[in-house]
Amino acid sequence: MNASVLKPGLLTSLQDGGRQGYAALGVGRAGVMDGPAWRLANALVGNAGDEAVLEFTLTGPTLRFSEPAVIALTGAPVDARVDQHALPGWTRCVLPAGSVLQLGGMRRGCRGYLAVHGGFAASAVLGSRSTDMHACIGPLDGRMLRAGDVLAIGEQKATSSLRTTNTPYVLPWGLDPRPWFDDMARPLALLRGHHYAQLDEASQRALFDASFHVSKDSNRTASRLDGHRLALRQPLELISEATLPGTMQLPPSGQPIVLQAEAPVTGGYPRIGQLAAVDLPRLAQRRPGDAVCFRETTLDESLQRLARRHERLQRLLYRIEERLESA
Amino acid sequence: MALNGDFSIEVLSEEAWLLRFGDTIDAAVNARVHAAAGRLQAALPGVECVPAYASVLLRFDPLQWIDIGAAAPSQRLHDAVRASLRDAAVVVEDARVVTIPVLYGGEHGPDLHDVASHAGMTEAEVITRHTAADYRVAMLGFAPGFPYLLGLDPALAMPRRADPRLNVAAGSVAIGGMQTGIYPQTLPGGWQLIGRTPLVLFELASTPPSLLQPGDRVRFRAIDAQEYERLAATGDSGA
Repeated sequence: MNASVLKPGLLTSLQDGGRQGYAALGVGRAGVMDGPAWRLANALVGNAGDEAVLEFTLTGPTLRFSEPAVIALTGAPVDARVDQHALPGWTRCVLPAGSVLQLGGMRRGCRGYLAVHGGFAASAVLGSRSTDMHACIGPLDGRMLRAGDVLAIGEQKATSSLRTTNTPYVLPWGLDPRPWFDDMARPLALLRGHHYAQLDEASQRALFDASFHVSKDSNRTASRLDGHRLALRQPLELISEATLPGTMQLPPSGQPIVLQAEAPVTGGYPRIGQLAAVDLPRLAQRRPGDAVCFRETTLDESLQRLARRHERLQRLLYRIEERLESA
Repeated sequence: MALNGDFSIEVLSEEAWLLRFGDTIDAAVNARVHAAAGRLQAALPGVECVPAYASVLLRFDPLQWIDIGAAAPSQRLHDAVRASLRDAAVVVEDARVVTIPVLYGGEHGPDLHDVASHAGMTEAEVITRHTAADYRVAMLGFAPGFPYLLGLDPALAMPRRADPRLNVAAGSVAIGGMQTGIYPQTLPGGWQLIGRTPLVLFELASTPPSLLQPGDRVRFRAIDAQEYERLAATGDSGA
């Protein structure tokens, strides 16, 4: 079974939980930018949990499925249709063989996820099916989707549950996306970084008072923030250290950047902040032009929020599995 | 020198710490980094250790290592880190030595002439000095398999080019400031290109995929065009 790519969308790639254990060799993790949306999409189609999905950006792809397919869309709400049937997100849809799934634009948010039962079955590279477009590693030789690509789909567990109708079948229930894709205006929680104290006084205040917006130069490597330039008291000469997603760096331009999933594994810019882990997907979901502001957080608070999100996600994953089995 | 008590711990995020052994690019500091990284990687299962010039990043699952809500949530990881570095002496003599054959100058090293002028010596002397030194892989970064090598003869140091190249050929051996490095793939880059190796530095099908590992010792060996072609054809290191 496979899916043919008729239109690739703006920036669509295969991603899973990321490539761990190779940072010391210069290979970053890549992987999905919105982890909970990825896990929930896989759960809705009955996958084990860590299968590869398609991550699409602002405008989704158009795909033709060779056989009946069970799909789910999560992340940013996207216009989705098969022929004249509009498909909802955050639920499970069963598509007849030969269906052409057209994903259009997003009214809000930046990144959507398409999971298919069986998972996208590209060969794993260094233990992962994530595409690192920066390093050119992963499925499709590490590049984004192109028209004409044919994506293999893994074996389906139980085909008996597939209804063989001529029209898409949508589950009568779905998930409430709000806890996972919520109030876009809320400030994002930021820990002070090692070099925060080296910012001049006005910049220290501005980091938590001013409003920034996401630059159009943002990508899977970093979210660049426009609107307010920050400055150090004096230039710093730093040596390269390992970096990680969520780190807010201040390059000489004065335009802060927040590293994302595909960031290089080392860097030497001053580190003025660290985004709380639970807010990293929220930043990834802001689109170019969207406002971003920050509030100060503590390690304790961000750890508690991380633990709470983990519990809520585990509970929901369990309930989805239960409900799908009883259906 | 013992490693314990000789570093600071900076908490970067919920899931990462940075152990810092110094704040300069220095061979002795870097040797301690690699000794510590080896110890930590062996002692802390599931924790990813990423060495750099003077620091080791630890990346871990906080739900596994941190007792969230406890009075001292990070005590367990703290103890594990301290215990694994206790009494750990710096051992450098067992590091692997990798010899890299290089065709210096000509089209493969278009900046060799500039490096020689900058150093006030002949191209041959640059080659002699570049192949005489004993280097160490301080860290890998910038791109998969790109080694930052310490040990360059200070007389050969030269700033990066004012106008970086958009395409530096794979295998290019280069000088950037006080460091020397090798481009594993065709990449944009601003370092001064003095030669090229026919060896493949990063290959996904190999285990491990990178020819060089953090902490490895490296020597360069000058080869002629004939040997370059032969090694490029066979994929043999010729060492």
